[in-house]
This record gives sequence, C-alpha cells and structure tokens, in this order.
Amino acid sequence: MGMAKRRINIAVTGLNAIDSPGPGIPVIRALRESSLFDVRIIGLSYEALEPGIYMHHLVDKTYQIPLPAAGVEQLLNRLRYIHEAEQLELIIPNFDAELFNFIRLADVLLKEMGIRTFLPGMEQFEARHKVNLEAYGKEHGLKIPKSKSLTRHAEIASLSHDFSYPLMVKGKFYDALIAHTPEQVKACFNTLGSKWGLPVIVQEFIQGQEVNVTALGDGKGQMIGAVAMRKQYVTDKGKAWSGISIDDEKLLDMARRLFETSLWRGGLELEVIRTEEEEYYLIEINPRFPAWIYLAAGCGQNHPEALVRLALGEDVKPFEGYDVGKLFIRYSYDMIVELDEFMKISTQGEL
Amino acid sequence: MKLKKNIALSDTGFVFDPSTGNSFTVNPIGLEIIGYLKEGRNAEEIKREITARYETDGPGFEKDLADFVNMLQKLKLTDGNGKATD
Repeated sequence: MGMAKRRINIAVTGLNAIDSPGPGIPVIRALRESSLFDVRIIGLSYEALEPGIYMHHLVDKTYQIPLPAAGVEQLLNRLRYIHEAEQLELIIPNFDAELFNFIRLADVLLKEMGIRTFLPGMEQFEARHKVNLEAYGKEHGLKIPKSKSLTRHAEIASLSHDFSYPLMVKGKFYDALIAHTPEQVKACFNTLGSKWGLPVIVQEFIQGQEVNVTALGDGKGQMIGAVAMRKQYVTDKGKAWSGISIDDEKLLDMARRLFETSLWRGGLELEVIRTEEEEYYLIEINPRFPAWIYLAAGCGQNHPEALVRLALGEDVKPFEGYDVGKLFIRYSYDMIVELDEFMKISTQGEL
Repeated sequence: MKLKKNIALSDTGFVFDPSTGNSFTVNPIGLEIIGYLKEGRNAEEIKREITARYETDGPGFEKDLADFVNMLQKLKLTDGNGKATD
C-alpha cells in the first residue's frame, strides 16, 4: 500500500512561459510530478498575459501581486490577503528582480503567517550579484572574467585601458550584449540601463563553450543536487530553446565548492564558459532555478520537490547522479482563452 | 590515439560525447573505424582490417585515416595528445 501524499499549498511566481521564459511553469511541472506531495499551486503574477495564469491544469488559482518596485509593504499586504484565502505553506519566487523583497520578508512571512521560503540570505544574494561577482569569485576560488560596473557614459572611453574588445555588456538583472567598439558599449549602456537600471556591467569576453549547471544547496554547505546542461539551440534573445544534459565532473565540482564555501540556501544556476584549454570561467550566478529546471527532474533529480522538503525542515540526502544525454526541447503553443478570464485577472486581480 | 572512454556509439552511426553534449553521425565505414579506435587498435591494424575487406589501396587509405583521426581530435573525441596515426 502506497503512502498518501502530503497535501501542500505552494505559491509560485514566474508564470511568464514566453520567449524569455520564467521558471515558474517548469517548477510547477516538477512539483506536480512529485511522488511525495499533492500540491495545490497558487500562481502569483505581475501581468495579465502571463500564460501560466490560464494553464489551469498546472495552476489552480492565480493572484496578481504588486511589481517589485512597489516595495515590501505592498507585497506583504497582498500576501496577507492571499494567505487568508489560500492558507499558503510555502512560496517559491522565481524572478531575480523580486527576490530582494521576498528575502526581506522571509522572517515576517514565517513568523506572522507560517509561510515558509527557502531562499539565500540577503548577504549571499547580494554578494553573487554581477556587480560583485569578481570579488565573489576570488573569495570562493573561482575564475571570473574581469568586470567593471558603469554608471556614466564618461567611463566608457577609458575601458580600453583595462579591457580588449569585444566585451560583454550586461544588464543589472537580465540581458547580455556583445560590443565591439566604445560606441557599441554606449548603445548597450543606454538600452540596458534604461531597461534594468544602473549600473550596467561590462565583462571580459571569454572565448569558449557555454555550459550551465542548475543546483540546489541546503544552506549548510551541502549541495543537494546538480545537473549540467549545454544549450543546443538558442533564441535571438539568448535563451535556451533546447539543451542536453552533460557529464562534466569539473563543472559539478565547481558548483559543489561554491555551496561549501558560500552556504547558499536554495536553487541557483551557474553560467560557465569552458575554454579550449578546459578552463572554467564563471560568468554569472542566477540566484534561483533556471527556466530549464524541468530537465533536472527529467534526468532524475527533482530539485523543486527537494526544495519543498528542505523548506519543511526535512533531512534531505543529496542526489547521486543523473541521466546524461537527455534533451529538453521547448515549443510554443496557443491557448484559446475566453475574454471573461482575461477580464477577471485584469480587473479583480485573481483568477 | 585513443577515443575518449565515455564516448557512446550506436550501431546506426550516432556518436555522442557526454562531456560536451556534442553528437555526430558517421557512415558505416566511419563507424567501423571508430569502433576499432575504441578497442584501442592502432593505425596499422586498422589499415589491415579495412584493406583486407574493402577495395582500397594502402597509401590512399592511410591518408584518409589520418584525415579522419585528425577530425576526431579536432572534435575532441580523442584522449590526450597522441599523434594522428599512433
């Protein structure tokens, strides 16, 4: 006789399963496949056209929440309202830009409402930020491309003293562009600065193959799981549209070391360049599960499920191994939605 | 010259490198040669096998084999720095 699954109400953000996809839907799919939990999924959305809002087979109910810029108080008030209706037990935020607020609220959510999260501490979260990545790498013994934060155009001309072109120009939260001249850096600075705010970060361009790791840490130095992937098809936004799980011990060791020294709690993604000489440069740490997290579940490591267990305080043993050579292939798919549904989420903020 | 140990070969000619995720397809002769390399056979042995069974002359085949092995090295399917026809 099988054990009954534990029922649990989990709120998830990142329902934007669009061309630059959020991780919410993949996280939910992994949770729905859990053998331990019977999940009720409460979607938290920012915009009425996030496709996940209308995926009723995955998301039981959705509530709009205020944009991160509105601040923690507004978010907290909204979560109080949602909690009263839904008795949330856990929130899994999936956007970089909202994490700051959720990390700040983590204690209040737990003490006031008993809602759990499983997030890095504020210090860990800030330390791995693009702006601080070089120092972070030094601290944890990782190779990082040289980088510099820009806040003004005037700083661009002197870049050639320390950098050679081309170089990467990155937005504070998202997006990376390649620039071959100071003029192009200026253009990138304008685009990325107006979209994501300042600073804009320039980074030495490392020639090689990009490889990625999605991993989960228990916050005590132990890596609970990690799956490495190479993108096989990339959209013009640079998003992986298909990828394959790979076996790369050095890469997994890099991740393991990072968890040991940083005591990172929660999910993260490492973006790494592997050079011809088999050197590994960490180019970015995303402080959350990536949009391809469902591949990890497909390869035998259900990280979202493990995160739920960790958040509940269970003793979780690290995964051992995963299937190598499994692919994910994304596709786009049109849903037909009644005006009534769109109207409800637009005017009442819930559906 | 040795093929990397973890390279996966299918009998349909699909070659998969699990450390990079790269995959390739080879024709039946290519597959046969990769199979020999995986067994650790050297160039001379491979030449003997192939010329005994197919209509090809020794020197011509040696050159083709060297090209093929060279390509495998470029694709990082081989171990170490062994010369093309070691």
